[in-house]
Amino acid sequence: MATSSDWAVEATGLVKIFGDNRAVDGVDLRVRTGSVYGVLGPNGAGKTTVIRMLATLLRPDAGHATVFGHDVQHEAQIVRQLIGVTGQYASVDETLSATENLMLFSRLNGLGRAESRAKANELLEEFGLTAAAKRPLKNFSGGMRRRLDLAASLISQPPLIFLDEPTTGLDPRTRSQMWDTIRRLVSTGSTVLLTTQYLDEADQLADRIAVIDTGRVVAEGTADELKASVGKSSLQLRLLDPADRDDAVRAIRSVLGVDVTLSPEAARITAPMQDPDRITDLLVALREQNISLTELAVQKPTLDEVFLTLTGHGVETEKEEVNA
Amino acid sequence: MTTITSTIQSGVSRELRNHVSVGQTVRNSFSMAYRGLLKVRRTPEQLIDVTLQPIIFTVMFTFIFGGAIAGDVASYLPLLIPGILVQTVITTSVVTGVQLREDMDKGVFDRFKSLPIARIAPLAGALLADTVRYTIATTITFVVGFILGYRPEGGLGFVVLAGLLVIVCSWALSWIFAFFGVIARSASSVQGISFLVLFPLTFLSNAFVPSDTMPGWLQAFVNVNPVSHLVSAVRDLANVGTIGGDFWLALLGAAVVVAIFAPLFVRAYMRKA
Repeated sequence: MATSSDWAVEATGLVKIFGDNRAVDGVDLRVRTGSVYGVLGPNGAGKTTVIRMLATLLRPDAGHATVFGHDVQHEAQIVRQLIGVTGQYASVDETLSATENLMLFSRLNGLGRAESRAKANELLEEFGLTAAAKRPLKNFSGGMRRRLDLAASLISQPPLIFLDEPTTGLDPRTRSQMWDTIRRLVSTGSTVLLTTQYLDEADQLADRIAVIDTGRVVAEGTADELKASVGKSSLQLRLLDPADRDDAVRAIRSVLGVDVTLSPEAARITAPMQDPDRITDLLVALREQNISLTELAVQKPTLDEVFLTLTGHGVETEKEEVNA
Repeated sequence: MTTITSTIQSGVSRELRNHVSVGQTVRNSFSMAYRGLLKVRRTPEQLIDVTLQPIIFTVMFTFIFGGAIAGDVASYLPLLIPGILVQTVITTSVVTGVQLREDMDKGVFDRFKSLPIARIAPLAGALLADTVRYTIATTITFVVGFILGYRPEGGLGFVVLAGLLVIVCSWALSWIFAFFGVIARSASSVQGISFLVLFPLTFLSNAFVPSDTMPGWLQAFVNVNPVSHLVSAVRDLANVGTIGGDFWLALLGAAVVVAIFAPLFVRAYMRKA
């Protein structure tokens, strides 16, 4: 049996029913300590509900979950000492200033008055909020709010952090700042469980990914495993001289035995790659014919394709819903 | 953004407890009360009901009813001030429920629930912070009464005791509204239900007029209404300087309300929290 230090989260058969809607319908999750685990799914897939059950905010209707070996229902108070939760909507007090929020949460975490002030200042500095510390939160941008929210989750330096859609609605620059922060968290020893509907986010950050749809885990594995389960890689070649195109296509047909796709500008050739060994033969053939390449790449299928294949419905409509 | 320097202690090497001590509960509650007071400082308009309202009501009722009920304004004041005090402070206790509901609908409540704090702290803190509001309302009502010419015979000590009695009873009643706060769908419906309870309680009492001019069936209700006993107790204290049977009846009523609604509230609240 694995010890509690190996697994930050172990959940089996989690079920949550709202009315006649099975929001979460038998979810199993295992998150290794020190890793970043991504829960990926469209809106309404049950991601937030799973997080809320693991974070002791919601009682599961069935199933069992532990955090570092502690049961989320029977040892809820212990679990709360081990986790930090950053919600989909910033869980900070809108009427207070950033400093007051951090002071309050520090006090509630058992820090003394002086310690709380020091902690608040330290976190404000760390998250680049010092200049806005005294301002009421009403005037905060979405990114600042998220940063404050994350800062509030880090007061007790919890070994497990839940991030529910940490970058939804953020602009690309703020998003990449958030990603940096998450990476730094992991480097200090935290385990992170994050939900996202952005495939590139899961791809960038997560060591393992669970794809969930309509309350069930439809696929689980590393980003590479998920991609491999869906499709083959493709070989992309860019020619120095576009005039060589026909020769190159002929060479690919004879060596690899596959049909190619040509990009509109016709300088790039894409060919499905079944056997990586044969690529050497192809390259030798191209050299023999004096066809020069400017670029050679192996393209794995994107998570977008994984997502489409696994959930059976598109990503585009989900993105529109977010904007609405 | 600088770097996070300290390393995080792993989950297994921490000292963990699955229960909250009484000391921690008290500390958490005071932190939450501090938050309540900070919020008041940020949004001073929240204090209108405990500042402007007692002034307006006291002045209005004194001059509207004074001549008709007691012959002149000066002799109505000993009857009215205790009544208006009780009515104002009890009305203030509705806010507890409304604010609790508003809080529970906000994201910040999720954070409170995810922290290793006493479950009851958000409510206990709110109740503590509200005693400050009751104290403001009580002080202002007595001061306005004094300006209008009210001279309580009981002396300062008994006036303070009367004020404390009102605060304790309102605190007890706020459990009712806190309960509505947890079970209601929205903050505005809490307000609606609460006033439906509050108006009969405060007006069908001896708060503004002596009950002997009312029809018999109404007198029957007015005489058992705990608000009447509270008003009478305050009059005894402030005007005469005695602790009468009404004092103990008012406290008993408060205790009964807490005994019924505190467990109801905690059950409903724990199911949600």
